[in-house]
Amino acid sequence: MSRKVHVQTQINGENVEFLCEPRQSMLEVLRNELDLTGAKEGCNNGNCGACTIIVEGRPVNSCCMLGVEAEGKEIQTIEGVATPEGLHPLQQKFLEHAALQCGICTPGFIMNAKVLLETNPNPTEEEVRFWLAGNLCRCTGYDKIIRAVLDTTETTGVSTNG
Amino acid sequence: MEKFSYINPARLEQVPGLLKDDWQSKVIAGGTDLLGEMKDYIESPKRLINLKSIPGLDQISADDGGLTIGAMATLTDITEHSEIQKNYTALAEAAGVVASPQIRNVGTLGGNLCQRPRCWYYRDPDTDCLKKGGNMCYALSGLNKYNAIFGGGPNYIVHPSDTAPALVALGAEVTILGAGGQRTIPLENFFILPTVANPYRENILEPNEIITQIHLPKPIANTTSFYIKLRERSSFDFALVSIAGVFQTQGKKCQDLSLILGGVAPAPWRSNEAEQVLRGQVISDDLGERAGKAAVKNADPMSDNAYKVTLTQNLVKRAAVMAVS
Ligand code: FES
Ligand code: FES
Repeated sequence: MSRKVHVQTQINGENVEFLCEPRQSMLEVLRNELDLTGAKEGCNNGNCGACTIIVEGRPVNSCCMLGVEAEGKEIQTIEGVATPEGLHPLQQKFLEHAALQCGICTPGFIMNAKVLLETNPNPTEEEVRFWLAGNLCRCTGYDKIIRAVLDTTETTGVSTNG
Repeated sequence: MEKFSYINPARLEQVPGLLKDDWQSKVIAGGTDLLGEMKDYIESPKRLINLKSIPGLDQISADDGGLTIGAMATLTDITEHSEIQKNYTALAEAAGVVASPQIRNVGTLGGNLCQRPRCWYYRDPDTDCLKKGGNMCYALSGLNKYNAIFGGGPNYIVHPSDTAPALVALGAEVTILGAGGQRTIPLENFFILPTVANPYRENILEPNEIITQIHLPKPIANTTSFYIKLRERSSFDFALVSIAGVFQTQGKKCQDLSLILGGVAPAPWRSNEAEQVLRGQVISDDLGERAGKAAVKNADPMSDNAYKVTLTQNLVKRAAVMAVS
């Protein structure tokens, strides 16, 4: 009954095709079929945001999305954020502020914050905190992460398109 | 997760036929609730019918009669919609405090209204509770901090939706599509309390029926609405107690109102008692206090959730006073 499904999608600007079972989540497809292991599995149920990717311009939890639902979509993952020229300003600021320890939560925070800065280049601290409410961090604590995001807005303004 | 097949219908009319009526097939909208249930083997449908493949189900459109919201509109679409923010504030506020931003980006209005309870006995893969066809509700003698203080028995779940109380308070109607065609009913009559004969469902949908749209009446002049949600974790969480208030006022006089509580009963819970105290009266702190007391007069708390009685009482007072300040 559940044959593998052929899916055509676009990931980080490149056309990608894959086969998956309907029951595989997008997170499983990324990590196990496409070797894109940047998105992490924290909870596998929508609570932690470690698996956040960008689908059609909006951050979503890839663990709560089926791989078959990537058909025809434009997807961005952490692997596409830095360029050969260097890190994305957000990544740079996360480093400078030591906004990570184990780093498991970092790809999710970066992907979510990236969309925030693209939609709202100069958010207030409150806006940043609300926007990042779906991302958990168990070791760094949120302050450094919030500082890093706010510092990205102050120093780079609108130039956050990666 | 068990295996299933995934079907992309092109047209809405195909859906009832594809669903059949054996509960083996389910529709998938945003999927944030359903996939969680499937991963935990609470639900293991053989077929998923994807509603995202049907164009137009996510439209939000204003007309002379009010506002129509397609069941597939996302919670983000709703909370960011300027007309909803302005004329149906309770709904914009409720949609904006559902879960996390990532979940609101895919979660739909129809899905939010049809989401299943969060009771931990129901969600535990190894517990065969009354809601899943077992023979007892473990919350009754177990840990029931988050369970119902109104309308419980034979199970004691609370309805987890934030948008449901807001929409009921705003007088919404829901359109349901089934094999026999469409029908439109008041959303308040869509939700049901558990009974001995049917402790399984939270609404009237038959296995081959779906919600297609929600209709809101034109706002009445001098009406304000709002949604307040109390939760343990303020970043994102389900409601301990929430309230949707719609108040038609003239100065401090409340001409008419609707007060619907969330998080306290197996369905959105209208506080007739509090409405009666406030309707037609000039609202003062004192009257708010009385409305709060009236609201919880018939509360029936369990061993661990009497705190919800206090929260409800204070929240009703806060809503009343807020409406006229
Ligand atoms: S792994 Fe997806 S939200 Fe936690
Ligand atoms: S750095 Fe370890 S969870 Fe955030």
